[in-house]
Amino acid sequence: MSAVASLELDASKVGEAAEAIHVENLHKKFGSLHVLKGVSVSARDGEVVAIIGGSGSGKSTLLRCINCLENPTSGLIRVNGEEIRLKPDGNGGSVPADRRQIERIRSRLGMVFQSFNLWSHMTLLENVIEVPVHVLGVKRQEAIEVAERLLARVGLAEKRDVYPAFLSGGQQQRGAIARALAIQPRVMLFDEPTSALDPELVGEVLKVIGDLAQEGRTMVLVTHEMKFARQVASHVIYLHEGVVEEEGPPEQIFGAPRSERLKQFLRNIH
Amino acid sequence: MSEAILTTTPRQRALGWLQPHRVVLIAIAAALVLAAVFTMRWDWLPKYFDLAVQGVWRTIWLLIVTTLLGFVLAVPLGLVQVTGPWWLAAPARAFCTVIRGTPLLLQLWLLYYGLGSLFPQFPWIRESFLWPYLRQAWPYGVLALTLSYAGYEGEVMRGAFAGVPRGQLEAARAFGMRRWTILRRIWLPQAFYRALPTLTGETVLQLKATPLVATITMVDIYAVSSRVRQETFITYEPLLLLALVYLTITGILVFLFRKLEARIPARLG
Repeated sequence: MSAVASLELDASKVGEAAEAIHVENLHKKFGSLHVLKGVSVSARDGEVVAIIGGSGSGKSTLLRCINCLENPTSGLIRVNGEEIRLKPDGNGGSVPADRRQIERIRSRLGMVFQSFNLWSHMTLLENVIEVPVHVLGVKRQEAIEVAERLLARVGLAEKRDVYPAFLSGGQQQRGAIARALAIQPRVMLFDEPTSALDPELVGEVLKVIGDLAQEGRTMVLVTHEMKFARQVASHVIYLHEGVVEEEGPPEQIFGAPRSERLKQFLRNIH
Repeated sequence: MSEAILTTTPRQRALGWLQPHRVVLIAIAAALVLAAVFTMRWDWLPKYFDLAVQGVWRTIWLLIVTTLLGFVLAVPLGLVQVTGPWWLAAPARAFCTVIRGTPLLLQLWLLYYGLGSLFPQFPWIRESFLWPYLRQAWPYGVLALTLSYAGYEGEVMRGAFAGVPRGQLEAARAFGMRRWTILRRIWLPQAFYRALPTLTGETVLQLKATPLVATITMVDIYAVSSRVRQETFITYEPLLLLALVYLTITGILVFLFRKLEARIPARLG
């Protein structure tokens, strides 16, 4: 309730689309390794934010901090206007103060992993209805109807009763996208969704993600696919060694990069 | 291939199964059984038949009860070693080490002669409603076999829990599943499926550990065969029959576990 109220407040105040994700001054340390050094990111409703950067730049860590798969060392994270309450972990870092809050927030963030992470003891359909039925309390029959529609959408209707081990990487990832869509997420989080795929399977997954972007879904996308990022993103963030080195619309980032490091990065990629 | 199977009649299938090597093996088995029946002494059998049936039943329920209870204990024992705080993990590890590091016979006797002689010294125990049970041998047999199975399977489940891919657990967390839901829906089922082939073997071993309870006066099937030997001085025939009983139970166990394994959803990633 309060989340909805504050969301409307935000929207009326700013006079444009509400912020779905708001990250401010985020720090993350793994031991002595300082991975994120004060990163701020925000994604408004309907926006597609692409995070790019070299390996070790902290882009995956940043994404995983949004739903607290990694606990941020310090910083502020707001999802749909609701701030994630953190408390000190006694070790110089922080942990979610309210487990129920973080579970509720997570259940509206559709995460897609680099390595798919479908549950291997369940069929594709069971994978897709699992969270609606066992977390969100949707009736099984309704969940199945939704799941069948989603599987048809990602082109896997006839694979509904197949176990993940019998699917190709591309099919598994499309299934994982259907699983994430099944929770009717406010925001989709993609963590290098095509990095573990054989080159010939990348296209089919990108097409599904591209369709989602076109229909105006809010997405945060960590990717190595620069061409794709340029096509679908409304905002691009270039991360370098834990700092936002440059950000802006894709035409600027890819067409007229200002930072020397970003120029270098783009040269090396192409 | 599959069409060929579909179009054969049951009669054809039966004939196909009866291949020469199978026929020869069946003949040899039949000859052995007949030789045993006609050249050995079985006249004691009618007299001890009822006792033997009771003994078999006792062996079977002992096996079922102790494996079920033992497994229920093994799940938390394995789980806390993988994910628990040290003050739970350390005792669990210690328990598994002690149980696996000492002979079951010793554990059984320590419980039966140790606890069994300790309890009567406390009047409140003697006066409690449990006393009629604690005076008997079977609670100690059940307890010892349960703890033993729990110790070994705790270790098996530890490995099985640790073997479930972290990414799948992370996916469950990322979708807001509660810890209990993750355990119930994702972690435990996969760990169980992974452990099942091992559990089959361990349960057969558990069956063959049950005769130890004869040493604390429980009359299982092994104790019956000993009694036949003591009372009739016939040694070999009861042992032969005993072997057959254990083999049969093992066969049924393995069959049931195979059935269970066949129901496991495909290959785990």
